[in-house]
Amino acid sequence: MIQIQDVHKSFGDLEVLKGVDLDVDKGEVVSIIGGSGSGKSTLLYCINAIEDIQQGRIVVDEIDVHAKATNQNKLRQKLGMVFQQWNSFPHLTVLENTSLAPQIVLKKSKKEAIELAKYELNHVGLGDKFDVYPTRMSGGQQQRLAIARALAMRPDYMLFDEVTSALDPELVGEVLDTLRMLRDDGMTMICVTHEIGFAREVSDKVAFFHQGIIEEMGPPEHVISNPQKETTQKFLSKVLH
Amino acid sequence: MGISFFTPLSWNDSGFILTGVLNTIYISVLAIVVGTILGLIVGFLRAEANRFVNSLMGSVLDILRSVPLIIQLILFSTYIGAMGHPLNPFVSGSIVLSLYTMAFMGEVFRGGFESVQKPMIVTARSLGMSYWQALRYIRLPIGLRAVFPSWLGVALSVIKDSALVSVIGYMELLRTSEQLISRTQQPLEILIGVGIFYFIISYPLSLYGKYMERKMAI
Amino acid sequence: MLCEGVSMEYQFHWNIVFNKMPQLLNGAFVTLHVSVLAMLIGIAIAVLLAIGKMSDSKAISFIPTVWVEIARNTPALFQIYMAYFGLGAFGIHLSPYVAVLSALIFVNAGYLTETFRGGFQAIPKTQYSASKSLGMSSVQVYRYIILPQMFRRIYHPLTNQFVWSILMSSLGILVGMNELSGETQRLQSLSFRTLEFFIVAAIMYYVITKFVLLSTSLVSKRIFKGDI
Ligand SMILES: Nc1ncnc2c1ncn2[C@@H]1O[C@H](COP(=O)(O)OP(=O)(O)OP(=O)(O)O)[C@@H](O)[C@H]1O
Ligand SMILES: [Mg+2]
Repeated sequence: MIQIQDVHKSFGDLEVLKGVDLDVDKGEVVSIIGGSGSGKSTLLYCINAIEDIQQGRIVVDEIDVHAKATNQNKLRQKLGMVFQQWNSFPHLTVLENTSLAPQIVLKKSKKEAIELAKYELNHVGLGDKFDVYPTRMSGGQQQRLAIARALAMRPDYMLFDEVTSALDPELVGEVLDTLRMLRDDGMTMICVTHEIGFAREVSDKVAFFHQGIIEEMGPPEHVISNPQKETTQKFLSKVLH
Repeated sequence: MGISFFTPLSWNDSGFILTGVLNTIYISVLAIVVGTILGLIVGFLRAEANRFVNSLMGSVLDILRSVPLIIQLILFSTYIGAMGHPLNPFVSGSIVLSLYTMAFMGEVFRGGFESVQKPMIVTARSLGMSYWQALRYIRLPIGLRAVFPSWLGVALSVIKDSALVSVIGYMELLRTSEQLISRTQQPLEILIGVGIFYFIISYPLSLYGKYMERKMAI
Repeated sequence: MLCEGVSMEYQFHWNIVFNKMPQLLNGAFVTLHVSVLAMLIGIAIAVLLAIGKMSDSKAISFIPTVWVEIARNTPALFQIYMAYFGLGAFGIHLSPYVAVLSALIFVNAGYLTETFRGGFQAIPKTQYSASKSLGMSSVQVYRYIILPQMFRRIYHPLTNQFVWSILMSSLGILVGMNELSGETQRLQSLSFRTLEFFIVAAIMYYVITKFVLLSTSLVSKRIFKGDI
């Protein structure tokens, strides 16, 4: 379970998160929507200990993410993350991209790591691309590779940051299908997304971000189909039309 | 016909020429290896350092790139001599040529490290890799690949610049040919031979560099 | 020749050097002189070579290709020796100044040929057709569209080549030329203050190259507004 309690985060003088509270239970899918610059990505970065925080607490399975004693490399093994840009490692084949971290981080044997990588690649539909270099693949394929690469670490949670935003429209579907599949597998996920329809369809909970706080949160039937706050209504009417 | 003081070039000279050739190759390879290792360290430190340290290192290295190599060679060997610890030409020459190479390699590698963008590193870290693992498995291989053509360019210029070490008395190819020239008075033949030697080392490598550059541009 | 007066505690004497400052400055002037000339003539030749190299005729592009490859793949010192000693075999005896100048011209022309060719080819063909479609004549297209863009691209390589010429003209020391290094060598041999003289020469080279880089970058900020 991920518990986010009163988190404040600033970059210099700019306060980006102004007291965020959010709980994510095991097996839950939470979508985060909101305008550009509202702090959605920053929150994911804070959960993954890529950014530190100034106030509040983030606890992942009883581990305080930002406590001094926490081994953040170890913590990140629990949390898979996929970014808007897929950042494939260009010098490694698809299989090597996926099996590298299990080998050097989880210290699995090469054979084991490759088994694991093959399994996850098959899972996301890249079973025929093992020996291809990722720069030769489409954006959608590379984004699925990024998902498989994160999954091969056997994380307990997945964080997705606008994973379809940099894709050509015709490639969005295959990546969203992969996310649906993960949800069906029971993966706990936090998805920052601009795909409102997708958020409504897959989420147990939707959080609407506005200027560094969660303005409105609840099941998608409420937040998306029947928003109470004016800012939420404004935002939705902008993105839905 | 009087007796000539000059004896023409003959097969007996081949051993002498070969020494020059080997010495040229020897000191060039040494300077490239040492310069590459030092340049890698310098480039990494510069890519990681804050702006102040970075520009400090930059201006020190800049001196090595703004003073002619020949002056550096003369200054270094004179200085060492004046301090009472003369070194043989090979050692002095290798030290100066290596540091000179380092200054250029440092820039090349800094560019390489900086070409690996932050998001790529964040991605590696998000997979649980430590700072050093991300460096070893992601930044280093990607950065090194990107700068290979530039690295080769610097290495080739070092091979050519190694000719200058003759100034402080190292018996590399150009100096051996100088001595042959003063004995045989056949400058053209000997110099052309020297030119061909450099050309057959440098030209294929430069073609390879161009090929790699084109391949990577795609 | 270079290492005299070995003593454990070296005493620096700067006065001798400062007394010779006029000669050193004169040497620096010759250095700049030969480098500027080598650049100007090198550029002129490189333009011709670049045009030749882009020719479809193998016979025409052959000479520029050979020139470029020899210039790029042999040491500058070799080229200076060729000019100074090698040409003697043909009865051509050049003065040190002319020998160094010719060698620098040869190398500059070789490197700049590739610079010009690259700069020209980097401009998309569509620029040409777009300008034509606006009704410009071919001359106008080159004058207003192609050449200005090309100049931006080659400006930086040109300044680098100029700095390289300044640094490489120091090889004049080996053929007894009176540019900064040769002059330094001559002066120190009269006084045996090798270290002092070469330290001052090193500083002068540093100042000259910094000055050149600084002024060219100031100029580029003035003349290149907008991108690139
Ligand atoms: N490393 C940083 N340093 C300084 N400011 C930053 C940094 N990262 C983000 N910001 C600022 O923090 C604010 C929130 O950024 P964030 O990326 O979290 O927004 P977002 O909600 O993800 O927006 P988008 O939908 O555009 O991705 C923005 O104003 C951004 O400029
Ligand atoms: Mg974002």
